[in-house]
This record gives sequence, structure tokens and C-alpha cells, in this order.
Amino acid sequence: MTRVTEWVSGLGHVVNEKIARLGFAARFFVMLLVYSGQSFRRFPLTIREIYFSGVLSLLIILVSGLFVGLVLGLQGYETLQRYGSADALGVLVALSLTRELGPVVAALLFASRAGSSVTAEIGLMKATEQLTAMDMMAVNPMARVVAPRFWGGVISMPLLAAMFSAMGVFGGYLIGVVFIGVDDGAFWSQMQSSVDFRQDIINGVIKSFVFGVAVSLIAVFEGYDSTPTAEGVSRAITRTVVTSALAILALDFVLTSFMFRGL
Amino acid sequence: MNRKLLDLWVGFFVAFGIAALLFLALKVGNLSSANFSETYALQAKFDNIGGLKVRAPVKSAGVAVGRVGEIRFDPQTYEAVVTINVDARYHFPKDTFASILTSGLLGEQYVGLDVGGDEKLLQAGDVIAKTQSAVVLEKLISQFLFSKASDGPDKK
Amino acid sequence: MSDSGSLVKISGLNFSYDERPVLRGIDMDIPRGKVIAIMGGSGCGKTTLLRLIGGQLKPTHGEVQVAGHAVDRMGHDELYALRRRMGMLFQFGALFTDMSVFDNVAYPLREHTSLSEELIRDITLMKLSAVGLRGAEALMPGALSGGMARRVALARAIALDPLLIMYDEPFTGLDPISLGVIGQLIRRLNDALGATSIMVTHDIHESLAIVDYIYFMSGGRVVAQGTPDEIRASKDPFVHQFVYAEADGPVPFHYPAPPFGKELLGKGAV
Ligand SMILES: Nc1ncnc2c1ncn2[C@@H]1O[C@H](COP(=O)(O)OP(=O)(O)OP(=O)(O)O)[C@@H](O)[C@H]1O
Ligand SMILES: [Mg+2]
Repeated sequence: MTRVTEWVSGLGHVVNEKIARLGFAARFFVMLLVYSGQSFRRFPLTIREIYFSGVLSLLIILVSGLFVGLVLGLQGYETLQRYGSADALGVLVALSLTRELGPVVAALLFASRAGSSVTAEIGLMKATEQLTAMDMMAVNPMARVVAPRFWGGVISMPLLAAMFSAMGVFGGYLIGVVFIGVDDGAFWSQMQSSVDFRQDIINGVIKSFVFGVAVSLIAVFEGYDSTPTAEGVSRAITRTVVTSALAILALDFVLTSFMFRGL
Repeated sequence: MNRKLLDLWVGFFVAFGIAALLFLALKVGNLSSANFSETYALQAKFDNIGGLKVRAPVKSAGVAVGRVGEIRFDPQTYEAVVTINVDARYHFPKDTFASILTSGLLGEQYVGLDVGGDEKLLQAGDVIAKTQSAVVLEKLISQFLFSKASDGPDKK
Repeated sequence: MSDSGSLVKISGLNFSYDERPVLRGIDMDIPRGKVIAIMGGSGCGKTTLLRLIGGQLKPTHGEVQVAGHAVDRMGHDELYALRRRMGMLFQFGALFTDMSVFDNVAYPLREHTSLSEELIRDITLMKLSAVGLRGAEALMPGALSGGMARRVALARAIALDPLLIMYDEPFTGLDPISLGVIGQLIRRLNDALGATSIMVTHDIHESLAIVDYIYFMSGGRVVAQGTPDEIRASKDPFVHQFVYAEADGPVPFHYPAPPFGKELLGKGAV
């Protein structure tokens, strides 16, 4: 009996804590937006973060995009040629990439490559009192440390996703046209007639922007909220990767159901 | 890290990203070719549109001349009303024939325009009088089977 | 600036982390232009006290006034305006690890002044030279020894020539030579700038040589205070224990705990 009440009250405690954390996250987001203005006045800080989150993620994004495109090309061809419509390979590759794989896979890679390092950096700065020191120097860490990292990620993400998709289409072209011998003209013209600029490309960009906001917010929040110890920081990094992945997939479902309904 | 070098890298990165976006928009998507800048709207009524979708191409003699803009159900006549946006460069006679065709056996459906001989041209907002509905494969098959069944015994 | 009396005035200050009281009724009066030392056993709340003065923590009861204004009732902008005139040396240095030594010291100057880069360079090198590390300007914090890092942090704390300088254990990790030099530096800086300094330290002998007034803390209270001469002459058991570094005395070496014997016997004995 006591065990049951203990369990229930324990559960209540956990739920309470989670909700309080969510509330703190919301307050944090508002603060972040408020201090973003200040951080834009020092734009070099954001440029630096674009370098760390964007430029340094280039390699993994381009290579993965190429391989995803190659695999799509191979698998797509296998299936399509059974129905005699191998010409539609370009459509298949381009639509899968621009609508789904580009934004989603690029965001997952981004979360584990750049998001985790942002969390680690902010967490360690907190653990070594660098954030407190900055605050004591009358420099707001929200404006100088958190906001530039957030916006660096938000700006990088759509660009990375576009590069991923472009690289993937190139991979599909390489396999389909260069190696297998699908007709070059059909590959591109079918693709162009079925991929719509507004419906597919712009929606894909919107998706990657939303993922960029989500991943960057999770990364900076987990770092800022981490327990200032080695263990606390490592747990925060894990949480960043896991929460980001869940958020990306859940948001993708929601966005897809809004964007492509009735198509 | 040197500030100049950093700016340079980020500059490259952003330029590269925008290039990728342009590639997607122009080469992968249809921003370059099929977005007709000036169009006028025509309407056509069909008994059955099959699997026709919004933004499907409108072709004449195999050339894309427009896109399907809107598909609506008319509760008075129980017909499908399809609005098509035709490139303003092209004009068609009054007695043009609109039909819903399929590219290939299982390909996507599009609206085909077969040009008639009338002197007068269709104006924006006009309704195309002569139409032919989509061929629905299931109907075709069942018709075929029925006719086979009805005249089956005699043939044997 | 309002009165020439005290710069920092602490009255009836109580503070608890969560439920655990750390400071219980502290009263201090820190006059302008003086160097004050705060001493006390490990974990008695000295760092906490500095944080309260800097406005990072809010008192549970009581009040901290700096230059006549209650710190805990200041808005964000007012607090930041105050902090611009404060320098703080953190117990663990807290150098920015992504910047070189030079950039660390130049940071407050770049943030809060519109001086030319040349002038900033001159001031920064001057400050680094004062702590004997001008030659280390290009190093990254990771490449510094513990004592060097604290000296860089000290240079950064005084970069803006603050009115109130707080040092959290400036002498730990320093060899006897640097210790003497830094001690003299703290004194000279204070007098040259007309600043006020609060120094948390365990080094009683160095403090007796340079400070104007000493507070002893224990268990979250001020237990003794006086000028260096009064302290040397004091018969107070707390002071005596500190000055002669005795393990037994009124200052507990142990963090509060149940008697050791009882814990060793533990639950098995019950
Ligand atoms: N963030 C915190 N949360 C909870 N308790 C804390 C926190 N920081 C410090 N404490 C507790 O407050 C008490 C005073 O800590 P403080 O850091 O002020 O000690 P100190 O006098 O500076 O000690 P030292 O000389 O070792 O630096 C300690 O008992 C410590 O356990
Ligand atoms: Mg301390």
C-alpha cells in the first residue's frame, strides 16, 4: 500500500519536474528572442557560429547526401523498371529528397554533429563559471553566447538541407543516368514537370527551417540548463541528440500532414 | 582562427547553400520552365476526371501550354468543373476539344486540348463545350469482361 | 559617490540554498578606499557572500547595499551599470577558453569602451605586465598553469579600473614569490585607483601585511573582526586558531555530520 502511494507520488514529482522544465524552456525561448537584437549588433559572433555549425558540418552533409542519392537511384531503378517506368527515376529521387529525406536526414545529422557540440560548449562554459563571469562583467551571456549559437544553427540548417538534397539528386543522376543508362533528357524533364517549386521545394525549405529552430533551441537550452559537472554535461549532450531526433520526426509528421494533404 | 579566413569560409558556405537552393528551384523544380507568367483561365466540365490533380499539365499536340488550376464539384449538374490556366501566348478556337488523358499506361493524368476549326477564339472565363472524361481502367476492364461473358457461349 | 563613508553595507543578511541556510545574519560595513579580507573555513559561505554583493544571488532576508542602492532590488540595466564598475576574480579563474590570454583581458574593454584597438592593446599589455604575464599574451587558457590562469583572471578583473574589486582567493596556487608580488599589486591597485577591495583568502600572514580590516566567518556568521594589529593581539579563540593554524578549535574542520562513531557502527548495530 505504502509502496503504491510512494510510486504515485514519485510519478507526480517527475511529471511536475518535467512541466516546470517545459515552462523554463518557454521562458528561455522568449528571453532568447528578446536578447537576439543585441546579438545581431555583434554579427561577427553569429558568423563565427555559422562557421562552427554550418561549415564544419559540410563534409558529413555532402557525403551523406551523395550516398543517400546513390541508394535512392539504385533502389528506385530496381522498382521502377519492373513497371517499365524507369524514366520516372528522376521524379522519385527528387521528390523523396526535397520533401522528406533532405530536411529530415540533414537535420538528424546536424543535431548529432553541430547540436551536440553546441550543448557541450555551453554546458562546459557554465560548469567552468564562464557564463557567470560574463554576467558579472555586465555582458549578457544570453546575448553573447546563447543567441549567436541559436541563430548560427537556424541560418545553417536550411542551407545544409538544400545542399543535401542537391547532392542527393546528383547521386541519383550519377547512378541512374551515368551508370545504368536511364535517358538523360527523360530524367530531368520528368523531374521538372513533377517537382513543383512551391509545393515541394519551398515546403522542404520551410521544413528545414523549422527543424533548424527546433534543434538549435534544444541544443542551446540543454547546454544552458545542464548540471555544471562533467556528468551533467555529458547527460545534456545525450538529451540534445535524443530530444532533437524525436522532435524532428514528430514535427516532420505534423508539417507533412499540413503541407501535403490532398496531394 | 583568423577573422578574415572565417568570413571567407562562411561566405563560401552561404554562397554554396544558395547555389544548391537555386539548383533545386531551377533544375530540379519547375520554376524555370513550366511557370507560365501570364495566363488566362478556361473552364471545362467533365463527367469523370479520374485521377486528375491540381497542377497537372495541360497539353496541346504534346506541348505543355498550361496547368490545371482548380477542380470543383458542381452540385447542380453533378459534374466536375476543372479550371485550367492557359499560357497567354496561346489561343484556341471555340470548338476545341478537351479530354483527360494518361501519359503511358500508368503515368499521371493530364488535360489534352485538340484544336477545332472555328474562327472565333476562346476568351478568358469561357467554358469549353466539348469534353471527354477520363478513361477509368476498372470500368474498362469490367465492360470488357461483361461483353466477353455475354457473348462468350456463342463463340464457343 | 553619495557619501564618503561605506561603499558596501550589509545588514542582517541571511541566505539559504534551497532549504539549507548558508549565511545567518551577516553585518558588514566596508568603507571606501580600503582593502578588506574575509577569512573563514572552507564551505563557510565566503564565495556565496561575494555573489550576493555582485547581485548574482538574492538574499533570503536582509539587504546588501552598494553605493547606497540595494543590489537585490535593482533592475537588469541598473545592475549591469553597477557591475561595469565592479571587478571580480573568480575562485577558479573562469577564463574564456575559446580566447587567447590577450583577448580574455581585452574582453571587458572591447565590450564596454569604444577605445581604439591600439589603446586597448596598450592597456591590456599594461595589465598583463602588472601580473607578470606580458610574454604569455598569445597563449590559450588551456596552455596555462593554474597559478598563471589565476593571474590572467586577475588582470581581466582589473581591466576596467573598477571601483569595487572582489577577489575570491587570489593567492591559491601561487608560489611564494608571485604571492608577495600579487599581494602588493592588490594593495597598490587599490590605492592608485581609489578603489575598494574585498578579498576572500586563507592566507592570514599575507593578508595581515596588506589589508586594512579583517572579518572572520564561521558557520555563516561573522565571529571576529578587526584591524591587523587588533587581530595579532587578539585572544579570541577563532582568531587564534586561524593565525596559528590549529586543527582543534572553534572553527570546525568537518562539514556538519552525525558523530563518526555512530555512523561507523551504522545501521547494523541498531
Ligand atoms: N549552488 C549551490 N547549491 C547548493 N549549495 C551550495 C551551492 N554552492 C555552494 N553551496 C553550499 O554553500 C556553502 C557555502 O559555499 P561557498 O562556496 O560560499 O563556500 P566558501 O566559503 O567559498 O568555501 P571555500 O573556501 O572552500 O571556497 C557550502 O556548504 C556549499 O555546500
Ligand atoms: Mg569559495
